[in-house]
Amino acid sequence: MVTAKTAAAIDRMKRRIEDMGVLSISGIRKEFPGVVALDNVQLKIRPGTVHALMGENGAGKSTLMKIIAGIYQPDAGEILLRGQPVTLKSPLDALEQGISMIHQELALMNSMTVAENIWIRREPKNGFGLIDHGKLFAMTQELFDRLNIKLDPKAQVADLTVAQKQMVEIAKAVSHDSDVLIMDEPTSAITEKEVEHLFTIIRDLRARGVGIVYITHKMNELFEIADEFTVFRDGKYVGTHSAKDVTRDDIIRMMVGREITDMFPKIDCPIGEVMLEVRNLDLPGVFHDISFQIRKGEILGLAGLVGSKRSNVAEALFGVTPAASGEILIEGEPVQIRSPREAMDHGIAFLTEDRKETGCFLILDCLENIQMALITRDHATAGFVDQKTVTKLAEDMAARLRVKTPNLSERVENLSGGNQQKLLIARWLLTKPRILILDEPTRGIDVGAKSEIHRLITGLAAEGVAVLMISSELPEVLGMSDRIMVMHEGHLAGFLDRAEADQVKIMDLAAR
Amino acid sequence: MSNATVQPSANAAKSQRRLPPEANILLVLVGISLVFEILGWMTQGQSFLFSWQRLSIMILQVSVIGIISVGVTQVIITGGIDLSSGSVVGGVAMFAMSFAQVSTYARAVYPSLTDLPAIVPILLGLGFGAVVGFVNGWLIAFTKIPPFIATLGTMVTVRGFAKWYTKGQPVSFPTEGFASIGKGMMPVLIFIAVAIIFHIAMKYTRYGKFTYAIGANMQAARVSGINVERHLIKVYVVAAVLAALAGMVVAARGQTAQAGMGLAYELDAIAMAVIGGVSLSGGRGSIIGTAIGMVIFGVIISGFTFLRLDAYYQEMIKGVIIVAAVVADVHRQKKRVKKS
Repeated sequence: MVTAKTAAAIDRMKRRIEDMGVLSISGIRKEFPGVVALDNVQLKIRPGTVHALMGENGAGKSTLMKIIAGIYQPDAGEILLRGQPVTLKSPLDALEQGISMIHQELALMNSMTVAENIWIRREPKNGFGLIDHGKLFAMTQELFDRLNIKLDPKAQVADLTVAQKQMVEIAKAVSHDSDVLIMDEPTSAITEKEVEHLFTIIRDLRARGVGIVYITHKMNELFEIADEFTVFRDGKYVGTHSAKDVTRDDIIRMMVGREITDMFPKIDCPIGEVMLEVRNLDLPGVFHDISFQIRKGEILGLAGLVGSKRSNVAEALFGVTPAASGEILIEGEPVQIRSPREAMDHGIAFLTEDRKETGCFLILDCLENIQMALITRDHATAGFVDQKTVTKLAEDMAARLRVKTPNLSERVENLSGGNQQKLLIARWLLTKPRILILDEPTRGIDVGAKSEIHRLITGLAAEGVAVLMISSELPEVLGMSDRIMVMHEGHLAGFLDRAEADQVKIMDLAAR
Repeated sequence: MSNATVQPSANAAKSQRRLPPEANILLVLVGISLVFEILGWMTQGQSFLFSWQRLSIMILQVSVIGIISVGVTQVIITGGIDLSSGSVVGGVAMFAMSFAQVSTYARAVYPSLTDLPAIVPILLGLGFGAVVGFVNGWLIAFTKIPPFIATLGTMVTVRGFAKWYTKGQPVSFPTEGFASIGKGMMPVLIFIAVAIIFHIAMKYTRYGKFTYAIGANMQAARVSGINVERHLIKVYVVAAVLAALAGMVVAARGQTAQAGMGLAYELDAIAMAVIGGVSLSGGRGSIIGTAIGMVIFGVIISGFTFLRLDAYYQEMIKGVIIVAAVVADVHRQKKRVKKS
């Protein structure tokens, strides 16, 4: 044990002198059913540097970090830690080998104290083998003093603010004295003052020789803290550069260079009266002062990075989580939308972002999935569903959307992602919506199904439906939208017309 | 490509439907019955199955809890659980019986309210159940406490009510009319009627389809426009009303009501549903499955009596079978996860 540790230490120093990087990965590939999340990517972290990882939503940054932290196993590729090839079997394994990670989602145990959270599994023991709480709190205080964090080690985590929890997470990660520290969007939940504090901690760690991987969407942070950065795009490695050598525009260009292929551009169709108007929609702490209009036959694209709260606006429009203030007008009439049911009464349909979580009834059959929204309103006498009529409607719609399934009694979980998505679209089309809200309509589905869905959306617009389409794929937004609305951290960042819009302009608005 | 798309005809869809999940459970029932049949010939020298008397006693024994289980099945399909049914049996037995006493009995609970037509205590009893069910459903839907806790609370409270109602005294001497709902094969007939009604409701009405939808994915159900809160209340009301019905049947059959009646019935009702293939994670199961689960339960109990084995063995084997049924359910789900 001791000799292995000593050997590792000698090895580490040698490698540092050779400037091999404390962590070096190459040829990493990771597939999920239906998508290649990472394809032959590489990344080299030098000790004592902050390395920013940049890319649009879905570029593969978080997937790679989860591989480095031992949460996912790569399908192919090599990970060199201090020059030695390693396999990281689990998060614990990665931690023990010197890699710690601060997760995007906070992963603290609410019912325990700050100190217990930080030292979990590593608690100091007294002579009886019981936890020595005095020493535990002292160790925590020492750590907090070093990091200049002003928090009571005995406080319950449940009582902390989100920002304080984030600081506890950071302290916990630092307490492992890891060689590599991964930070996935660490500033998304904290205020400016705390960001400055975090940067002080990061600079201190950097001076101690820690290699830091820093994922962020915020350009100004990149230039303030990062020494080097690597850009990913669509799961592929684009390049690594020193932060000193590039401008903001260079980086945006590297991030967005996605090609426009397999897209079905919107066909021109007459755009009519204003169908939906939103005025000063506001939900404190989530989004602020959102105003826009959508006309009949128009597709309004909604772009924005993680944390822009795009989906929250959609949920407010559909009454899932209603806004606190603001007005919604449909065909000029002010309306109240307090539940999905009321939204449906006004002719709104909402394809949610997460197919599995909020869309499909996975264990029910296709027919039930297609008809569920329709039968909440129509086709029932005294509670009895007019199954013959509804089945006919569902079959026709499934055929029109070319859902591939042996029959409608097949369970939805046995269908591919693209077909599940088509089923959900079929569910909403049966309700004959006037306003269609689509949140990531083509996420995680194959190219063929994608272009079919695009054709379908543009066909609906041609029939006079007003469409709000949220998408993380800029080519999709550019190809499909008549106008593009961009959000940034809960605020409207701006509108772009189809003619003037390009990927650089969108990213310019989305990433400040 | 076009021949891979959805079949336009409903008949084609039906012909490709695979075996219903109830077939497996039926197979288990047949298996267990055959084991008792063989053991019967070996040890007792007589048939287990071919005895009309034995079979009718067997069904009679389980059909009261079967009535409860029909309601509990619906609750479990929403992804919930109802622990209060056994207490509702006791509470309603006491409450309804106190309005069903004959005037010739000197110590009636309400001496001025005797010899009422049977419909009065029955409606009062069902109403009592509805109130308990409403409380269960309201707590679960609006305070968002887990169903286990909400119904545990009503279970204890209603049992307490049953004891307090007459300060522990049994309530006896029902009218002819009230007693008739427990006479002879009435419990079995009531079970069959309840099972058929809710089989139809679960398969062909909005009520049933929403129940499955909520259990399969509550969030998706809400986004599809289902008023999830209101529907959950309905389901818990149905479950408690059926438990109330069972309580009156028990009291009528025994011609007396005691505060301790229905003790642990909720567990047997849950067990019948689980053995019948109702998934505790919600969204799957059927009334037919539960009915078969109920018969399996009956076969085991009467089988052990038939083999003259100690009653203690029955309990122990019952426990093993419940666990085995849940293990089978978990195993099925694991297989699904792997496939997807």
